[in-house]
Order: sequence, then C-alpha cells, then structure tokens
Amino acid sequence: MKIEIEDLRFTYPAGIEAVCGISLSIDPGEQVAIVGQNGSGKTTLVKHFNGLLQPTSGVVKVGDWDTRKVSVAKLAARVGYVFQNPDEQLFCRTVGEEVAFGPRNLGIELHKRETLVRETLQLVGADQMQHANPYDLSATWRKMVALASVLAMDTDVVILDEPTTGQDAATVDRIAHVVSELRKRDKTVITITHDIDFCAENFERVIALARGQVLLDGPTKSVVGQEDVLAQTYVEPPQLTRLGQKLGLKQTVRNQEEFLSELGRQIAL
Amino acid sequence: MAVVNLKQVNYKYPLTDTAALSGVDLEVNEGEFVAIVGPNGAGKSTLCYALAGFVPHFFKGELEGTVEVAGVETKSSTLSQWVLNVGLAFQNPFNQISGAKYTVYEEIAFGLENLGVPREEMRARVDQALAVTGIGDLADRSPYSLSGGQQQRVALTSILVMQPKVLVLDEPTSQMDPVGTREVFGVIRSLAERGMTVIMAEHKVEWVARYADRVVALFGGRILMDGKPAEVLTSEQLLGRGFGISRYTTAARAAANLGLWPESRPLPVTLDEAVAGFGTQLSRRKRGEG
Repeated sequence: MKIEIEDLRFTYPAGIEAVCGISLSIDPGEQVAIVGQNGSGKTTLVKHFNGLLQPTSGVVKVGDWDTRKVSVAKLAARVGYVFQNPDEQLFCRTVGEEVAFGPRNLGIELHKRETLVRETLQLVGADQMQHANPYDLSATWRKMVALASVLAMDTDVVILDEPTTGQDAATVDRIAHVVSELRKRDKTVITITHDIDFCAENFERVIALARGQVLLDGPTKSVVGQEDVLAQTYVEPPQLTRLGQKLGLKQTVRNQEEFLSELGRQIAL
Repeated sequence: MAVVNLKQVNYKYPLTDTAALSGVDLEVNEGEFVAIVGPNGAGKSTLCYALAGFVPHFFKGELEGTVEVAGVETKSSTLSQWVLNVGLAFQNPFNQISGAKYTVYEEIAFGLENLGVPREEMRARVDQALAVTGIGDLADRSPYSLSGGQQQRVALTSILVMQPKVLVLDEPTSQMDPVGTREVFGVIRSLAERGMTVIMAEHKVEWVARYADRVVALFGGRILMDGKPAEVLTSEQLLGRGFGISRYTTAARAAANLGLWPESRPLPVTLDEAVAGFGTQLSRRKRGEG
C-alpha cells in the first residue's frame, strides 16, 4: 500500500505550524524510521496517515484513498497505529478481548479472528497472558499488548510511535523481531523513534525532520553518516557509526557486524 | 554522610505473591548521583516509589524494613511531609501533569501554591527552575500541547522548583532527543555537585557511565551489584539478564574474541573509552606490534 504526501502543511488550532510543506512517498513493504528533535513534527506527520489529523493544505493518499475523503474508521483497515503510551489504547477486560477488538470491528470472521489473535500474541510473546487484565500487567507488557492489538488487524501499514521508549534490552530485541517478521510479510512499517541505534539496526530508510520539514531522506547508511546535518535536528549518529567515524574507518558502519568487519579489514591493511 | 538509608527493605504490592523488593540495603550520601539499572520488572520503579514515600502511603501492600531520608522514617511520616524532602519525577509525564492548569508556568507553580509559598518567592523560584531546565520558551503553552520530551522537561521542572533534598527520577529522559538527554543529565550532574542527592532509574547506560557517581544493578527485586559505573556496567553478571549493555561494551567484548581489543584493557562503556581502546589497537597493528 503506497503512501503519497504532496506539499502537506498542518497548523494546530493554537496557530503552531507543525508540518510546513512535506512531500514524500513510501512504497509498499518499505521499513521507514522517522527521526528528529522533540517538536520537529514527527507525530503530527504520521497522524495524517491514519486520518487522525487532516491536512490544513496539501494531500495525503494511502493507496488510492485521499485521507480527507475517508473516515478514520475506514482508514483503520489499511493503517494500524501503535501509540507511544499504551494506556491511550487499552480498554478491554482481558488481553484476549483487547487483541480481538480491532479485527472484530473490521468485520473479520470468527475463525480467522481467533487465528489472528493467537498468532499475534505469540509473535509479541504474550501468548500466556490472554486471560489477564491488561491493567494488571507491567507497562512493558501493556505496550506489547497494545502492539498486538494493532498487528491483529493485519493492516498493510503499521505505525510504531516510539516503540522502544522505556523498554529494556530484551524487550527491544522482541520488538526488533516483530519488525523483521512484518518485513517478511511485506508490511509497510513506519516508526517514529529517538532510538537511533534501534533505527540503524532494523530500518532500511531514514527520514530526518527538522522544524516541520524534511532535512534528510534516504538509505539508512547514507543518512546516519551525515553527523553535521543530523545535528541540526538534535539527532546523533548511532553509537557504532560514531565510533567508526572517530577511528577514521573508511566505510560508514551501522551495526556491530559491519563495525568489526571494517575494523578487521583496516587492521589487516 | 548518608541522607538516604534503606535497611532490609522487602515489599509486596497488594494482592501479589512475588516480592517487588527483597532485602534491599542502600545508603546514599548527600550530593551523590546514583543510577539504578535493571531489566523491566527488576524493581526500579518500586524502589523509586519507596524512596518517594508512595510505598507505603499510596501503594499499600506489605512493607518490611526501614526507608529513611534525612533521619526520618517513611512509615512515621505523612506523604505531605515527605514531599518536602523527596521529589519524584514519574516515568510517564502524562501521569504527573496535573491537568488543572492551562499553562506550563502555572503547572510548575502548582506545588508551591499548595505549600502556600508567598507570591513573589513563587515567581522567583518558577523563573529560576524554568531557566535551569531551559524551557522558558514553553512557559505560556498548554502542557498538553507539548511533545513527550517537552512534557518530561515540564515534569522534571515541576519537581526541581520544590527544591527537594533528594531528587528521585524514573527514566527522566526516555522520550527525549539526544540533545535534550545530554542537557538534562548535565543539569542533574550540576545539581548533584551543588549538594542535591540524585537517584535515577535509567536504561541509557552510556549516559549513566558518563555522569553518575555510582551504579546499583537491580535484578528480581534484589541488589545484584553496587559500585563504580565502569565496573558494574561491564560486568559479566549482567549478561543474559535483560540489562542494557552499551554497544561499545558489546562490540569490544566480541572484538576481544577476535583479537581486536587490547587484552589487558577494561571493556569500554563510553565513546571516549571505546575510541581510546580501539585506537590503540589500530595504531599498534599499523606499527606492526600486534
């Protein structure tokens, strides 16, 4: 499902212009990370993809639908949005009901719905929690349930708003596993994140926003290597990219495997 | 001198069987900056709540042992007295912002209003706190119109304005960009140097290594390690237990197995340490010594 944005502008009712003329497109099955300083317009931009916000001017299209002409409820069949704060999203009495709620609303028939709920809970590692009340779970697991409840809708586009915030290393690994599963299923995944290391290790394209505009947009390796430009939007390159730059490695590296290989190559020279 | 003193603290939340804290002994000196690290569910937030008096005054449950701040025990104090000594910034700023105020300025003054601080003093303290955390430009905005990272700064400022002896922070930069994170760690470091005691639960270990005096590693409600940041954060005891490990540490550990990290050198946690270690290796090989 292609997403196309043409000269998007958005001004909040209080007069703050949060998105100031963005044009870009995201191809079906792409894995895109959106980075940028607090207040750079990341969340405002992606809330246009599922119709939570409507352009002040410009056009946002999801597939062949213009988001100004389609209801949020209808868009929900194409775009799933996992909020930064799971407590904005959870309301059912059990995890099972919570995860089944979205597919039921979309009219998915019972048998397929049950399969989706079971598979999705397995994917996020919450299959033993089906009968628990979401609010008896820790914040970590509430976040995973919120993620499952969106994945169960089997939308073509999945938006993850700050998925790794406040999560420990094991949970970040689990979220990375979910992203890689979605890649195998040809889903479009769009994440907003400050976790540049997570972004470098799991996403192929990075869009950096600054003051409501696109500062950089391209393959991850080329974007994360541009330290001086990223600094304009308070983004620092991933840890191992910075280390490679400081050591004068010739190639930009974005993960441990690339770092060790490039280091070994340079030492052998 | 120890301003915070926990002795054999055991705690279970109501209606639960598993202890959230077990046998926790912790002394923190005045002006010390202590970071608490651990996987989710290790007890970091519960420890913050115990220090801030929310355990046992808000969360009931079973509390054994003693939690003392400035010589006063939490069980013999009330929450309204306790907050004069200890300020807590919650992990999630949405839980902290009162919802009763229209502007950031009023939100930050809210705690002082409740204490009946004279108007002029209140203005001076709010202005000073806004300057310390660098959010003066947000003063007239609604707290709810801000991004997550900006809200976290507001939540932190609303605690700093109370001038507590002990500042307890539960992942105060989780939603901030790197520049915001660096600034907040810098502010907290300078507050500690001026005598404020800081206890911070945090996953960002590279920042912890650069700024904290000491690291306490919690696992399963118990203290697993307590020591200098570089020792604790590179310890093999943390492996396989869900602790955050710096990518520099992990890369150097893997490099050591390939002969690409100097044998006798301690593992790095920060960028500078990694550059120094790998840099030595690169130059030795170039000189043909490796």
